[in-house]
Amino acid sequence: MIETFYDVMRRQGISRRSFVKFCSLTASALGLGPAVVPQIVHAMETKPRIPVLWLHGLECTCCSESFIRSAHPLAKDVVLSMISLDYDDTLMAAAGHQAEAIIEETIEKYDGNYILAVEGNPPLNEDGMFCIIGGKPFTEQLLHAAEHCKAIISWGSCASWGCVQAARPNPTQATPIHKVPGIPAKPIIKVPGCPPIAEVMTAVITYMLTFEQIPALDRQGRPKMFYSQRVHDKCYRRPHFDAGQFVESFDDEGARRGYCLYKMGCKGPTTYNACSTIRWNGGLSFPIQAGHPCIGCSEDGFWDKGSFYQHTTDTHQFGVEANADKVGLAAAGIVGGAIAAHAAVSALKSARKQGGDNQ
Amino acid sequence: MSTFTTPTGFQMDNSGKRVVVDPVTRIEGHMRCEVNVDDDNIIRNAVSTGTMWRGLEVILKGRDPRDAWAFVQRICGVCTGTHALTSVRCVEDALGIQIPENANSIRNIMQLTLQVHDHLVHFYHLHALDWVNPVNALKADPKATSELQQMVAPNHPKSSPGYFRDIQNRLKKFVESGQLGPFKNGYWTNPAYLLPPEADLMAVTHYLEALDFQKEIMKIRTIFGGKDPHPNWMVGGVPCAINMNDDMAAGAPLNMVTLNQISSIIDQTRDFVKNVYIPDILAVGQFYKGWLYGGGLSGINVLAYGDIPDRANDYSPGNLMMPHGAIINGNLKEVHPVDLRNPDEIQEFVPHSWYQYPDEARGLHPWDGITEPKYELGPNTKGTRTNIQEIDEGAKYSWIKAPRWNGHAMEVGPLARYVVGYANGHEYITEQINFVLKTLDVPVSALFSTLGRTAARALEADWAGDQMRYFMDKLMANIKAGDISTANTDNWNPATWPQSVKGVGFSEAPRGALGHWIQIKDTKIDNYQCIVPTTWNGSPRDSQGGIGAFEASLMNTKVERKEEPVEILRTLHSFDPCLACSTHVMGEDGKELATVKVR
Repeated sequence: MIETFYDVMRRQGISRRSFVKFCSLTASALGLGPAVVPQIVHAMETKPRIPVLWLHGLECTCCSESFIRSAHPLAKDVVLSMISLDYDDTLMAAAGHQAEAIIEETIEKYDGNYILAVEGNPPLNEDGMFCIIGGKPFTEQLLHAAEHCKAIISWGSCASWGCVQAARPNPTQATPIHKVPGIPAKPIIKVPGCPPIAEVMTAVITYMLTFEQIPALDRQGRPKMFYSQRVHDKCYRRPHFDAGQFVESFDDEGARRGYCLYKMGCKGPTTYNACSTIRWNGGLSFPIQAGHPCIGCSEDGFWDKGSFYQHTTDTHQFGVEANADKVGLAAAGIVGGAIAAHAAVSALKSARKQGGDNQ
Repeated sequence: MSTFTTPTGFQMDNSGKRVVVDPVTRIEGHMRCEVNVDDDNIIRNAVSTGTMWRGLEVILKGRDPRDAWAFVQRICGVCTGTHALTSVRCVEDALGIQIPENANSIRNIMQLTLQVHDHLVHFYHLHALDWVNPVNALKADPKATSELQQMVAPNHPKSSPGYFRDIQNRLKKFVESGQLGPFKNGYWTNPAYLLPPEADLMAVTHYLEALDFQKEIMKIRTIFGGKDPHPNWMVGGVPCAINMNDDMAAGAPLNMVTLNQISSIIDQTRDFVKNVYIPDILAVGQFYKGWLYGGGLSGINVLAYGDIPDRANDYSPGNLMMPHGAIINGNLKEVHPVDLRNPDEIQEFVPHSWYQYPDEARGLHPWDGITEPKYELGPNTKGTRTNIQEIDEGAKYSWIKAPRWNGHAMEVGPLARYVVGYANGHEYITEQINFVLKTLDVPVSALFSTLGRTAARALEADWAGDQMRYFMDKLMANIKAGDISTANTDNWNPATWPQSVKGVGFSEAPRGALGHWIQIKDTKIDNYQCIVPTTWNGSPRDSQGGIGAFEASLMNTKVERKEEPVEILRTLHSFDPCLACSTHVMGEDGKELATVKVR
């Protein structure tokens, strides 16, 4: 599915002679006679990069900005060698009707065989005219492109959940992709986060290209590989949580020592994302490491769950662990299995019992 | 047909052939542009429409003011952080909170990092294809390209003929695959492209180099803010505590290791701007200096609020390192001070915007703003309510309001800042501008153009890189002097706040002057208003016939081919439009929105 195999091999310094030899070996490995070798050669030489239409609704373009920050693979290599980014209004040279023509051409040429990536979401109020593309509601472009695609990637929290424009009172009735009336029954891969981590975005794409299948999804439609664990579970400050060592105020002694930010409102215990494992911008850091509580930006409706600085319970320090565990148990019901790490050694075992830990 | 003369002297005539560009691509968000072109292919009427609206400020009503930065940061993920910074300043202004010196230095470094990143990504990835023809690069001689590279930037290490040959081969293979990706349906045979193949190859190469490099720049903000896009901020300072020499410094956000990383990235960033970005701008300028369209309002009305306070908590012009002031009617001899609190200075109008006021002849200061969306099309619209073929600019035609300074439509952005700085005798800026004018052998008037806007952005990136170093050194010196404070939490607890207060915060976003106005009542947000750069630049008309900067800049431009909008894109892109920024604006009374019919 990537750049043709022949191109990739050539790029890695493999000669044409070796390439043909590789094709012969492939043929015999598959139990096919020498007669089919030219066919394999042809297929490998001409298999096109998979076309991607990347549409933008109501959004802030942070997903695209995140995408270009990917260190492995580089955004450059994704765009030049892995996919064919035929439509992306943020990057494409063409504009106006020359741009719109590309969507029609892709549909005609690759019906059912392109990926639709959506950043942002459509507003349903005002006949959809809170977001206009080519003089028409964005909803029309979205539904048309969705009708003929192979699968949909919902980039970020806007496409996955609605995000900031859908926060109360959601004046435009901004609607996540899977809830848009008329959206066809295509596989939808949600990659939430505001934005998602760059390397998670490129990993989702490269996984699909390399293994020619969509990644395993959880019940909410997120790739399990990145969203099956809470930020809290592998946070480097977790031992301070277990030891009852908390930041009580920004820039206090605890903040300077890297203590747990739970009491500052950290949403790590209720947020499913890979920030504490994959980390951000080439594995460099993540919000908690930089001293700010997690605001839970990959969770559905995170804008409407109270202040970012209000912690999830009013219970004082020694009750914290029990309550956090309760939160963990409820959330673990969704995914299962992930709780094992959370149930690991803690300084507050007696408190845990009260929390009903039996996982 | 209608003809009229604007207050700034543009003769508008919509009798020629109408050309529609929708979507305008390579921008942030969604916009539409329509122009009328006469028989000589000259643009005689220009209409710019903001085509999205999100209503963020009504969403903010009733929320905790300390959370506001996170909401408004999502106004834009490209100029990510600038709204957050403006927001915390605005809340601090309302509550009288003073931030520590270290927090000021760190915020400045983060804001300057954004200036460099945003300008660089804008030029290479959003704007370059208006000047550079990647298909033409296939004809280049790699050896000659290498010579060109060594001539324009002798310090840039990537300059061998083999290097350019490899890039050219990769490009060739890409083109021959028949899958042109983002370059598909470009205007590659249009005579508006003027670069020789070698300059095209050099620029395409740097398009790729810049794409690789830009991610390094933002690592600075990942260390300070935890992630990028959308790093974390806080009211009262910055959340990243400093621990240089005490227990557990290794687990602290800022320690010797992370500060060293930042310092090193600052050096690399300055090198890239000086050795790649600036030389490329000069090379493009050399070939396009005969194409000086696009001045618009830049030589007439420009506005800058100023930014980058040298010392913490002093937002007076004398302490701001970026220019502050307004110039009107092209009189560069007089720079007027700007007061964001004065109810008569900055006002927003809606006669041509999809909103309604009780009295649309009047403008409203943001503290008193009303916004009620009202989507309706004029009688001369071609098409229908949900399928606009040609818009009627005589009626309401945009999701952007029309802000005015003392009644004047203004241009904001890097060129506006540079014009104000030049008029004020800002030493660094004056030196930069004189250098460019001399190198390209063009008069001062050349500044007022599309090319001038693009050049000012590059010069500003260079300036910003140098100031990053200044503030990094200042931060280290302050830490060495024994001050490791990063936050003032005296007023963190809302119980300490007055019952009712209002505040204003401002900054210079990469795209121009940005202001946020807040009213806090009983510890909650009662009203929140933003006027953002693209609201100024992308403004629709006012009742006096005043046109905004986008529309003015397109006037009287000659286009090579009516059906290919290369020149229109080139000039609009020179503003780096950000439509998600400009069109979210929402008024004080959210209740009225609840009556919007839900389908």
